[in-house]
Amino acid sequence: MSKEKKVKQPKGKLGKLERREARAGYFFVAPWLVGVVIFLLYPLCQSFYYMWYNIRITPLGSNFTYIGIGNFTQIWMTDPQFPQEIVDYLWHTIVEVPIIVVFALMIAIMLNGKIKCRGLFRLIFFLPVIIVSGPVMNMLVDEGAANIPAMDTTVITNAIATFLPLEVANGVGEIFSDMIMILWYSGVQILIFLSALQKIDSAMYEAAKMDGASGWECFWKITLPTIKPMILLNAVYSVIFLSSNEQNALITLIKDSMFSGTSEKGYGYASAMAWMYAVVITGIVLLFFLLLGSKKDMYDRQVKRRQRAMKKEARLVKKIERRGRRNAKKIERLRNKRSYKTYSGENDY
Amino acid sequence: MGKQIVVYGLLICIGFVYLYPLLSMVSMSLMNRDDLLDSSVNWLPSTLFLENYRSAAVSMNFWTSLLKGIVIAGLPTLCNVLICMMVGYGFATFNFRGKNIMMGLLIFSYILPSQVTMIPTYVLYNRLGIVGSPLAFVLPAILGNGLNSAIFILIFFQFFKQVPRVLLEAAKIDGAGHFESFVKVGVPSAGPAILTVVLFSFVWYWNESYLTEMYVKGLSANSMWTNLVIQLKNFDTSFTNAMATGDTALNLGESVRMAATALSIIPLMIMYLVLQKQFVESIDRAGITGE
Repeated sequence: MSKEKKVKQPKGKLGKLERREARAGYFFVAPWLVGVVIFLLYPLCQSFYYMWYNIRITPLGSNFTYIGIGNFTQIWMTDPQFPQEIVDYLWHTIVEVPIIVVFALMIAIMLNGKIKCRGLFRLIFFLPVIIVSGPVMNMLVDEGAANIPAMDTTVITNAIATFLPLEVANGVGEIFSDMIMILWYSGVQILIFLSALQKIDSAMYEAAKMDGASGWECFWKITLPTIKPMILLNAVYSVIFLSSNEQNALITLIKDSMFSGTSEKGYGYASAMAWMYAVVITGIVLLFFLLLGSKKDMYDRQVKRRQRAMKKEARLVKKIERRGRRNAKKIERLRNKRSYKTYSGENDY
Repeated sequence: MGKQIVVYGLLICIGFVYLYPLLSMVSMSLMNRDDLLDSSVNWLPSTLFLENYRSAAVSMNFWTSLLKGIVIAGLPTLCNVLICMMVGYGFATFNFRGKNIMMGLLIFSYILPSQVTMIPTYVLYNRLGIVGSPLAFVLPAILGNGLNSAIFILIFFQFFKQVPRVLLEAAKIDGAGHFESFVKVGVPSAGPAILTVVLFSFVWYWNESYLTEMYVKGLSANSMWTNLVIQLKNFDTSFTNAMATGDTALNLGESVRMAATALSIIPLMIMYLVLQKQFVESIDRAGITGE
């Protein structure tokens, strides 16, 4: 997040002090490193190995049968649930993440202004972070506490269905009916945006106002470029949150098939699912990186543009100079050819 | 001036939308059967009917679940704080080879969904015999790979990078070793970051039902360990059992379920209201947004 200048380390042997420091560093990081090997790399390889097998747990031990891509063909061809859920998940995530981020930004900007009871509002908007957990959400959704009766989603769906295919309209209607839940997921994001907004130098806004910029222009030219890294951060956070949340039917599906106890499902089958799921999530995160993660900000771009303009100008000046010199030579030559006799006043006397 | 009014209006509207589920939960949980059916009773119940809460608490086994929940969330949080602080300090103060790769690995471990590693991890825990006890949460936390540990390591990393090097160097000149300067200089200066990590780690462990049910409760029906959130998840069955044994005179209905939901929220709510300032300002002070 913070920009650091890379110090080039000389290659070759380290000095005694450096070696001691490096050893201390390894000492501090060691517990985590061991943990990564045990709880990340090893299980990752293990589940990669599992997904090519059909695993049956018997009282005598586990029984591995190699079935190649059998798990995958079963997931995609035979069982209708997984493909359906994953399409659902993709659609929901790609639509909901921008909603969450934009909404969080809106709230944060409103809270950032001069407002009374800012603390109270922050308290309210952060509240869901404390209480969102799978079962609580499920209960609230089940009992209809999560949608406001005054907001009739069928009207919206019908209105959209007049000019768009019904599937799209249904999807949009569904998102509207989940609106409160989507909004509830934006507590942390609001705080991150808020603390980023508060770090923007107010002198910048004043300078822009002096130059006659409107509030709208200030937002696009100052606020947005400055908090762009935070937008990426929040988008990634939202993706991860949505994908590991128990409202998400996919992870329940994985768990269920892991403990299903039938002969064709089981650990191998669930591993294959989990791997495909991980690939999809990584794909979504990469997508947001590509969309939002350009390193150059507005200022850099303007500096570049200015430099380019200056170079062009310099080239133009040189061109003109060259032309001038050429013209001067031409005139000189012409003058020599015609050998004008100019009055120089030599032979007067 | 008009702009101000628009902003206030919007904030109040959205705030209401935010609070709507909670308000309707509270109002529904206080209604008795007649109020629920009576269409003239909309928000305010005609009498304060606390029987819902009482029977929900009985069937959820409220007090034991609460205490167990505190243990389940508290122990890993403790480990998380200590280890993540150490690792974050190591990343922030020392230079060593492979550091960039390790940081990359850290972020990767955050992005990777836990479902991929879940199955072999479950097999491992099963072999170690710690499925069905809080140890299944404590062990990864001790090794810096608990729930969302990557975020906490990054928080400490950001924080320790802002601690002036001069302080550490002064400690070194006074003859402190690396570990001693960490304990005597690093830890005392990290107050805000520690607070942030404690709060978030506790809340996240508390609200995690998916992994808790799998590792700590262990999927067997008569498990020792459970917390309020999981009790809420299995509320329907446990309430039906309570009805069968005659512990409650009520029928399973929306009021009782809302009362149970309220009960499972209340402990964290109280914590939040007491520590509200710390919660809301924690993200600010921990410097997640970078300097």
